[in-house]
Amino acid sequence: MSIAAHLPALQVVVPLLAAPLSVLLRDRRAAFAVVLVAAWTAFAIAIALWLQVSASGTISYHIGSWTPPWGIEYRVDRLTSFVLCLVSGVAAVVLPYSWASIERELPRDQHYLFFTMFSLCLAGLLGITITGDAFNIFVFLEISSLSTYVLIALGRDRRALVAAYQYLIMGTIGATFIVIGIGLLYLQTGTLNLVDMGQRLQSISGHRGVLAALAFLTVGLSLKLALFPLHQWLPNAYAYAPSAVSAFLAATATKVAVYALLRFYFSVFGATAVFRQLPMAELMLVLALAGMFVASTVACFQSDLKRLFAYSSVAQIGYIVLGLSFDSVTGLTATIVHLANHAVTKGGIFLLLGAVAASMGGVTLARTQGMGRVMPLSSFGIVLCGLSLIGVPGTAGFISKWYLILAALEQGQWWLVFMIVLSSLLAVVYVWRFVESAYFKAPRADLADVRDAPATLLAPAMLLVAATLYFGLDTSLTVGAAAEAAAELLGATR
Amino acid sequence: MSIVSHFSYAVTIFLMIAGLFIVIARGNLIKKLVGLGIFQTSVYLLYIAPGKLIGGTAPIMSDSFTVYSNPLPHVLILTAIVVGVATLALGLALVVRIREAYGSIEEDEILDADLSDGAADRQ
Repeated sequence: MSIAAHLPALQVVVPLLAAPLSVLLRDRRAAFAVVLVAAWTAFAIAIALWLQVSASGTISYHIGSWTPPWGIEYRVDRLTSFVLCLVSGVAAVVLPYSWASIERELPRDQHYLFFTMFSLCLAGLLGITITGDAFNIFVFLEISSLSTYVLIALGRDRRALVAAYQYLIMGTIGATFIVIGIGLLYLQTGTLNLVDMGQRLQSISGHRGVLAALAFLTVGLSLKLALFPLHQWLPNAYAYAPSAVSAFLAATATKVAVYALLRFYFSVFGATAVFRQLPMAELMLVLALAGMFVASTVACFQSDLKRLFAYSSVAQIGYIVLGLSFDSVTGLTATIVHLANHAVTKGGIFLLLGAVAASMGGVTLARTQGMGRVMPLSSFGIVLCGLSLIGVPGTAGFISKWYLILAALEQGQWWLVFMIVLSSLLAVVYVWRFVESAYFKAPRADLADVRDAPATLLAPAMLLVAATLYFGLDTSLTVGAAAEAAAELLGATR
Repeated sequence: MSIVSHFSYAVTIFLMIAGLFIVIARGNLIKKLVGLGIFQTSVYLLYIAPGKLIGGTAPIMSDSFTVYSNPLPHVLILTAIVVGVATLALGLALVVRIREAYGSIEEDEILDADLSDGAADRQ
């Protein structure tokens, strides 16, 4: 057996092993080195899996050689490899940034614990994505969630503690709902393997237990992905967490929850059972629209930039869920593309905000006014990412909205096109609030001589900003992969 | 199909609702965690109870046994118990830190303190 055959297991095992190793080393440099190597290895493995899947189709890896449905199966298809690359790629960019960033935010003796938690969180997120076993999803979900609560609680502000506590309560309720849903499905089908479950459900769809399972899973996963109105935990968690954590979570955590929702909806329940027996499409459509408008409006009234962009994340989750509610290849393509586009855009913004906080000591609008003059690179980067949030052509956000509008037109829903454009105008308002304060006001007297953050902070952020622009111009990588993944996801159920 | 055969489900659902209600209705951070614990525990019952067959034994390969209980739910719930313990421990640790930072574990007092923190930020 060559090592290439075991890549699916290594994908999770490498970051999972790096975590205890960095605790044992108890030294911040050694811990950083171990976790960085693990994250970059994970990224390399994700790319290798992507190439394998493109070349030879879905990979099914049997843990311990126990054949599914009895053993645990790791299953890598196009969507999986897409999300694996996204998550490990963001981790590989955020981690070097975090070295310089937590230097300013955490006491030195806590650094190795930060890297441990980061590594665990990465292992959990990759595990949710790659596993083909329903209960395994719950276990990895809790691994990533528990480490996320710790990461958020590391924030300097005391409100980070309350934010972490609230997220712990909401997140655990969500995870418990998910495990109830999985339990009900297990009672109905007698299997935990997702593919097997999907096949067995076809003969018993419509049973009330299955519908209850669907309801529990939908609510639980919606809590995790912060679908309006279950997003209450998100703004505070993003606002008070350390900068590197905000960026990593905004780019990956909710995206992986969306992936799990897609997996359950399309691979397990099958489009027919979910979207025809319960009005799931209508429900998702209404919640997505409500999220787009309410969260964008709330974002317009925030005085703290991190909170402003956190609410914007809730609105962007609305676009992602909107694409899923169309139940068409174009709609799902929009969803999957926006997973990646929003991840690089919002990751870039939060990394830049971390750089701003490092230089100016905070990210309230009052404190950062006039930052266009003193921190030209950072503010220009935020503006570029802001344009992507609005959906200006040439940026990644435009591509997502283009496919959303195409999906709406496909079904002749003109009013939806109108709504998408209208909610983008709200994004113009909140991005403009930043532009106005950064470029049309003089810096505060005591902050007039700050300079742009050092390159250790700016370089990873600029990498994501560049990716935002690149994915807006050359879409062959993102849209190509997303369209294939969407077709595969819908094809499996029809 | 009788009330007796559904007894475990009735208990499960009662615990589930009671736990969730405590989490939502109580303002004390410790009591919320107690509610969360009850809510999670109800799920253990949801998994384990259906795995038991009356008269069934553990799955042992022997001619003298023909009716087996399902062992898999026990294994799953062992994992879930570990997760529950970890969650509770982390939750309590956070409450200790919150008590140190705010001097209170009542939600309304903490939210008031947060509001004044927010007002201070804006200036």
